[in-house]
Amino acid sequence: MAEIVKHLEPDLEELRESYRSGKTKEASWRKSQLKGLLTLLKEQEKDIFKALEQDLGKHYAESYRDEVGTLTKSVNLALSSLKDWMSSRKAKLPIAAFPSTAEVFPEPLGLVLIISSWNFPFGLSLEPVIGAIAAGNSVVLKPSELAPASSSLLAKTIPTYLDKKAVKVIEGGAAIGEHLLRCKWDKIFFTGNARVGRIVLTAAANYLTPVTLELGGKCPAIFDSFSSSWDKEMVIKRVLGGKFGACAGQACIAIDYILVQEGFAPTLLELLRSMTKKMFGENPRETKSMARIINKQHFLRLKNLLDDPSVQSSIVHGGGMDEDNLFIEPTILMNPPLKASIMTDEIFGPLLPIITLKKIEDSIEFINSRPKALAIYVFTKNETLKRRIISETSSGSVTFNDAIIQYAADTIPFGGVGESGFGRYHGKFSFDTFTHEKAILRRSLLTEFWFRFPPWNDFKLALTKSAYSFDYFGFLLVLLGLKKNS
Amino acid sequence: MPDEKKKVFDVESAASLVKELRGSFNAGKTKSYEWRIAQLKGIEKMIDEREKDIIEALHEDLSKPELEAFVSEVSMSKGACKLALKELGHWMKPEKAKTSMTTYPSSAEIVSEPLGVVLVISTWNYPFLLSIDPVIGAIAAGNAVVLKPSEIAPAISTLLSKLLEEYLDNSSIRVVEGAVAETTALLEQKWDKIFYTGSPRVGRIVMAAAAKHLTPVTLELGGKCPVVVDSNVNLQVAVRRIIAGKWACNNGQACIAPDYVITTKDFAPKLIDVLRHELEEFFGKNPIESEDMSRIVSVQHFKRLTRLLDEDEVSDKIIIGGQRDENQLKIAPTILVDVPEDTEIMKEEIFGPLLPILTVENLEESFDVINSKSKPLAAYLFSENKQLQKDFVNNISSGGMLINDTILHLTVSSLPFGGVGESGMGSYHGKFSFDTFSHKKAVLYRGFTGESPARYPPYTPGKLKLLKTLTSGNIVSILLALLGFSKD
Repeated sequence: MAEIVKHLEPDLEELRESYRSGKTKEASWRKSQLKGLLTLLKEQEKDIFKALEQDLGKHYAESYRDEVGTLTKSVNLALSSLKDWMSSRKAKLPIAAFPSTAEVFPEPLGLVLIISSWNFPFGLSLEPVIGAIAAGNSVVLKPSELAPASSSLLAKTIPTYLDKKAVKVIEGGAAIGEHLLRCKWDKIFFTGNARVGRIVLTAAANYLTPVTLELGGKCPAIFDSFSSSWDKEMVIKRVLGGKFGACAGQACIAIDYILVQEGFAPTLLELLRSMTKKMFGENPRETKSMARIINKQHFLRLKNLLDDPSVQSSIVHGGGMDEDNLFIEPTILMNPPLKASIMTDEIFGPLLPIITLKKIEDSIEFINSRPKALAIYVFTKNETLKRRIISETSSGSVTFNDAIIQYAADTIPFGGVGESGFGRYHGKFSFDTFTHEKAILRRSLLTEFWFRFPPWNDFKLALTKSAYSFDYFGFLLVLLGLKKNS
Repeated sequence: MPDEKKKVFDVESAASLVKELRGSFNAGKTKSYEWRIAQLKGIEKMIDEREKDIIEALHEDLSKPELEAFVSEVSMSKGACKLALKELGHWMKPEKAKTSMTTYPSSAEIVSEPLGVVLVISTWNYPFLLSIDPVIGAIAAGNAVVLKPSEIAPAISTLLSKLLEEYLDNSSIRVVEGAVAETTALLEQKWDKIFYTGSPRVGRIVMAAAAKHLTPVTLELGGKCPVVVDSNVNLQVAVRRIIAGKWACNNGQACIAPDYVITTKDFAPKLIDVLRHELEEFFGKNPIESEDMSRIVSVQHFKRLTRLLDEDEVSDKIIIGGQRDENQLKIAPTILVDVPEDTEIMKEEIFGPLLPILTVENLEESFDVINSKSKPLAAYLFSENKQLQKDFVNNISSGGMLINDTILHLTVSSLPFGGVGESGMGSYHGKFSFDTFSHKKAVLYRGFTGESPARYPPYTPGKLKLLKTLTSGNIVSILLALLGFSKD
C-alpha cells in the first residue's frame, strides 16, 4: 500500500493532465475507450467468469446475465448514442429575446472517482466507468477488495485495453479508500452501504465535490393473490430469481422480504418451496445454481440473524449452513418478529422472510413506516393497488410483476431516494451523471433595450414593466407617451 | 404573538418544526395539484398586493433603486410563479419511457414525486428573489418547506416571515428568521433536501451537515466571473452591458456579476476610455451621490472591500474611482489595471463595485488565466469572432456562459441556472426548479408473456447461448429465441 500512496499524487496529476490536454473530450478518444471495453468484455470473458466463480461461486450463466451481458449492452448503447448525447440541446426563448439563441452544452467534469462494491464487482465497476468515459472524464476506479480475484483482473486488464494515462484502477481496502477521499475530485460515484456513504459524502463536502450514492435498503415484494396457475408459476420464478438467483440475495435490489395477505400465505409458501427445489436443486452449491456468501464476516453476520431463537423457530424451509464453504441454503421464514435484526437490517443474503398482513393494502403503511428502499416490487394484477403503490409510497423505483430486471433497462433511471441514496445512472443517465450541463446564451451586439440602463426614471420603468410581461401593445403605448407608470 | 417570537429558536424548536411539517407532508397535504396551485396563486397575490412593501424593504436593506428592485426581484419572482402556475399540470405528469429488448414485454414511465420536507437557505443580495424562487420550486414539486432568509437583509427577512404566514398554508410552509445559531439548529435536522444560496465556505458547512443524514443538496455559490473583451466588438454596446451587469446589478454584489475583465494590452486603453465615458453617462460625475446605484450591504462588507483596495500593490493600480463614503456605505465604481495575481482582490470573489482589468499579449492567454482559477458561476465573452466564441465554449468550464452580454442568462427559464466545481452543484429556474425538488421514480410494468427460461437456474450452456442472443440485439436470433427454437 505504501507504494500506492507514494505514487498517488503523481498518478492523479497524470490523469488530470490528460484531462487538461483536452484528449478525453474528443469524441474519437471516448469511442476508442468504449470499443476497448467491448473488446475487454469479449476477450476476457472466460477469465471474468473464473474470477466471479472464485470470489462468489457464481455460475457463468448468472455472471453473463447479470454482469457481462448487461455491460455489453450498455457499451453498445453508449457507442451508438454518443454523438447524440454529446450534442448541445437548444433551449426555447421567448420572441422578445430575438435574436438571441440559447443552448445547454454538456461538458465533462474532470477527474472522477468511482468506488465499486463486491457483489457485482464487474458490473458495478464498469457500468459507471462507461458513463464517465462517454462523458469525457479521466477516471480512477477503486474496486472492492472483498472480491479480490475480480479486483485483480480489473487492475490487470484495464491498463491493457484502455488509455492508462486517463483511466486508472487503484486496488485496496478502507485505508486506500481513505487516502483517495482526501484528494480533490470533480465527482465521486459510490456504490455501497449507507455507513460508508456518509463517510464519502462528508469527505466530498471538503471540496464541494458532487456525489452520486447508490446505496441499499430493504426492498419489499408485495405478493397479491393470483388465480391463474400460469401466472402463479411465472411470478414465483421471478420472485425466487429476484432473491436467491441474484447473487444469493446479496444485491442492493434483491427482494429482501415478502408481504402477503395471511389467507394466501400457506399457498405462497408451498409454491415457493416446490419451485425453490426445482430451480436450485438438491445441491445448489455444487451445481452453482446459487452463489455463495462473499466472506466469513458476512457469513457470520447472516448466521447471527438466525441465531435469535424466535427467528430460528420461524424458519420453514432450508436454514442449512456450511461455514467451511461459506454456503447458506435458500432459506424461507414465516413471520419472524418485526423487531429482530432480520427485519430491521438489510439482509443481503439468501434468507427470505414472509410477513403476513390482514389485507394486502396494509403493505402501504408497512412500507411507509420504514426507510425508503431502492426498489419496491409488487406482484399483482390489481390496477388500483398498482396506482396506490405508485402514489402513496416512495422508493428509488417500482417494478410490477418482476424483480431485478429494471437493472437491465436503460431508458429509466437507476438510483435511490432517502436512505437508499441519491443520483442515478444507466443509459443516458450515466452520461448525465458525469456531465456538467453548461447553459449558454448568445446575444447580438446590434439590438439593445436602452431602457435597461441607468439613469432610471418612471418612463424607463414603465417600458421595462411592459417588456417583462411581454405586453407589446402596452409597450407601444408607453413609448408613444400614451400610458404612464402606475 | 410577540412572546413566541422572542423565544430562542434552538435545536429543540428546529426538531419540533420538522416533526410538524413531516406530519403535514405524510398526511398528504402538499401532494395534490390543488394545494400546490393554491399556494402558487397565494404567492402571486402576495407579490401583486405587496409590491410596494417589497420594494421599500429592498431599499431599506440595500438602497436598491426602484427600477432595479422591480426588474431583478419583483418581476423575476412573479415570472417564476406565473410559469409554474401555467406549466404545473404538465410538469406533474409522468414521463413515458421507451423500453428495449432486454425487458420485453414491458412498459415504463418516470414519475415525479416530492422529496418531503425541504430547507431553503437564502442570501442577502437578492433577498426576495433568492428566497421566493426556490420556494416556488419546492411548492410546485409538492414539498413542505422551511425558508431561512438572510439576517443581513433584515427588512426583507421580517417581511417574508410576515407575508408567507399571511398568504400561504402555515401547516406546511414556514419561515425561520435568525443568524448562525438558528441556521445551525436547522442544519442538525434531517431534511429530504437542502437548497443553499451563498458562499463556498458556508456551502461546505451545509454539505457536511447534510452528509450526516444522506441529504441531497443544491448549492448555488459564487466565484470570480471573468469577462473577456475582444477588440472585434461594438465597444459602446459591450461596455454598457458590462456596466449594467456590474454596477447596475446591486453594485457588483451578485454571484454572476462580472468580477474582472481580461483584454489585450493593445485594446485596454480604448476599453478604459469608453468605460470612463459610459460610467459618467450612467451615474453622473459624482457616482456616490447617484440614486441609481445600490449601496454596500453592511459595514462589515464595506470594510472588506476597502481593505481589498488599500492593499499594497493594489491602491496604486486604481485608474478610475476609488472614492468611498463610510456613512452612506457607498464606494464609487472603481477600475484597476494589472493588479498582481497574488493580491486578495485577484484571489477572492470581489462582490462589490471594484473591477480589475488584466491585460495579456493575445486573447488566447485569457483561457489559461481563467482556467488557473476555480470554475466560476458564469463566464462572459465579448467578441464577434466565431472561432474565439467556439474556443471559449469548448475550453472554459463555468456554471453558465454568455456571449456578448452579461447576467441575462439568469432570466431564461428554459436554461438551467447553477454552478460547477467551487461555484456549486445542482441547478434551478423553470422546470429545473421543479426537478431539483423532486424524486424521479422509475416505474416498470412487466407482462406475463414472453418469458425466457434462460433467466433462471438450473443453468446450462444452452441457456448461456440463449442469453447471449437476447442481449445481442440480433433480431432474427431474438425472434427464434422467443419462439422457443433455441431450447436448452
